[in-house]
Amino acid sequence: MTTMFDVGNKVAAKAVQLCRPEVIAAYPITPQTVIVEELARMVEAGELSAEYLRVESEHSVMAATCAAASMGVRTFTATSSQGLAFMHEMLHWASLSRLPIVMINVNRALGPGWSIWVDETDSLSQRDTGWLQFYCESSHEVFDSIIQAYRIAEQILLPVMVNLEGFILSHTYEIVDIPDQGGIDRFLPPSPPRECLDVDNPSMFGSTTDYYINFRYKMHAGMEKAKVVCREVDDAFKKEFGRGYGLLHAYLCEDADLILITAGTIAGTCRVVADRCRAEGLKVGVLRIRVFRPFPGELICEALKSAGKVAVIDRDFSPGCGGIFAQEVKAALQGTLPGLPVYEFIAGLGGKDVTDTDIESIIDQTGEMSKPGECKWIGLLK
Amino acid sequence: MDRSAQIKFPIAAEELVRSGHTACPGCGAVLAMKYVLKGLGPRTMVVIPPSCAGTIAAGFPFCALKIPVLRIPFETTAISASGIRAALDVMGKKDIHVLAWAGDGGTFDIGIQALSGAAERNDDIIYVCYDNEGYMNTGIQRSSSTPEGAWTTTTPSPYVKDTPKKDIIRIMAAHKIPYIATASIGYPSDLIKKVNRAKEIKGTKFILIFSPCPTGWRYSPDMTIRIAKLATETGIFPLYEVEDGEKYLLNPGRTLKPVKAYFSVQGRFRNLTEENLQWFEEKVRKEQAYLSRMAG
Repeated sequence: MTTMFDVGNKVAAKAVQLCRPEVIAAYPITPQTVIVEELARMVEAGELSAEYLRVESEHSVMAATCAAASMGVRTFTATSSQGLAFMHEMLHWASLSRLPIVMINVNRALGPGWSIWVDETDSLSQRDTGWLQFYCESSHEVFDSIIQAYRIAEQILLPVMVNLEGFILSHTYEIVDIPDQGGIDRFLPPSPPRECLDVDNPSMFGSTTDYYINFRYKMHAGMEKAKVVCREVDDAFKKEFGRGYGLLHAYLCEDADLILITAGTIAGTCRVVADRCRAEGLKVGVLRIRVFRPFPGELICEALKSAGKVAVIDRDFSPGCGGIFAQEVKAALQGTLPGLPVYEFIAGLGGKDVTDTDIESIIDQTGEMSKPGECKWIGLLK
Repeated sequence: MDRSAQIKFPIAAEELVRSGHTACPGCGAVLAMKYVLKGLGPRTMVVIPPSCAGTIAAGFPFCALKIPVLRIPFETTAISASGIRAALDVMGKKDIHVLAWAGDGGTFDIGIQALSGAAERNDDIIYVCYDNEGYMNTGIQRSSSTPEGAWTTTTPSPYVKDTPKKDIIRIMAAHKIPYIATASIGYPSDLIKKVNRAKEIKGTKFILIFSPCPTGWRYSPDMTIRIAKLATETGIFPLYEVEDGEKYLLNPGRTLKPVKAYFSVQGRFRNLTEENLQWFEEKVRKEQAYLSRMAG
């Protein structure tokens, strides 16, 4: 175990290096670029033995990654925002081909207006592409999630997207404990054999088929299995390295009257505010959703079962509907907790800070409203 | 073409395209595939985007090709081949040919970005465009390979295509890739000879194969070979090679036949007037002069 003090992107690149990817395809986009720069440096310096493809677009990045993964090798790429949107077609392709690709998406707003700052709509709008999605709160968690992602992906044969917030994590220094290569190798052995392109056993992949609906059903079954596998892999990781996260992280939720639900770095601020509220006698809890796909609806209902009110803070927005996490949470509550009021807040779009005062305001507003209305926007400029 | 100039060399007896494929009668594209695979042999992997070729390769649980096939999205032909090559390199498998196989729509139009990228990187792939001058699989729509004067369903009579066929060879030559060739299903031994050359060269190889389409060009299926030969004999589709983007090698040719011999046997050119034909005649001669100049 060594200690690394660096920005989230460099920590992510370190994790990827330790996972021994064999083919990396890359295209630059802010704020992800540092990851692929660092990996290029590692490959050139002989610190990582991989084929590194400097491709001409993000669409081609994912196409190259899919083709290489179809040969059975371990693959990696990273992107952000417009790049992820450009990949959209290939994201479907990767999952329907059941390829265990791991990709980092550094969350960034989609233009226009141009903004390189964080907004999670880029990845959340890829919700239905069949990728597992992780949302991280710290660089430590980014590191650990990447290692876990390969083991999960290769077990269930679906691709995994590890998300971190642009600049807030990608460009911020943090101290991270780095396990040694031997430990990672024990946790993540070489990619297990699977059906691949092979001249000695020729077959056709991606053909037209009447079994399309069956393939979709099998993806569904894979995602259901992923709920178990994500937990098992996280448990195994904790046993090996002493760190674990679960599919979601509940803080002071057991007896809370009001539970704040969010993803990513906003959760940390929420926990600080929850502690303050507790000191004042207000029972506030915080539920951070780490795994968005597969959506851990049952676990969320379990965590919310004693709550009187729920406020969801979304750093994303689906026009005409509201916050994306809020919609998913509300859908999950149907049947189990149909009467639980869910208050919706949109905050932090385009990299706007979500401060402790903002969280306090969300708690106040939720307290004042007798029933949820339209989603409230935090931090609009006057 | 001067038959005496043809080089004698062995052609594999093994067929890597099975009978029972789903091509239309008289399809030029399936002949192109058959001949190219005779040149490359069984240690070949192919990527095929949406196209007639993809349909011809058939649907699950059948496959008309005896080599591994990866079906891929439309615009990704070249990069998918590059991805496979990268994986083969990392696996230490050096003796396998990676074939990128797309139609003109998949090459001249939607796939040109990925093709340009692969060519600029000089990725070690053989890219074959079987050229039937339109989107035939979706029902005969114009592509940027459709020649001016041609009818398609999106350039309906009398509003036939009024811009020239994109010159993909000049575009590829500008990338300075090691090997480019035009070939035709009308001249199989020449085609296979070019494939044999391509497979010995490291880097990006590009072969454009003239592949007449009876369904889209509106002629009788028994005319395919004749039309392919006429295209070359009239100078409409000259056969040549380009090395490193600079060194042009022309197949020896005879005196050109009038272009009318080629145009008059296809329904898609029904609208052409004598005046148009004269204009094409001049155009062909200009192109011949250009190629002769390039070949020194």
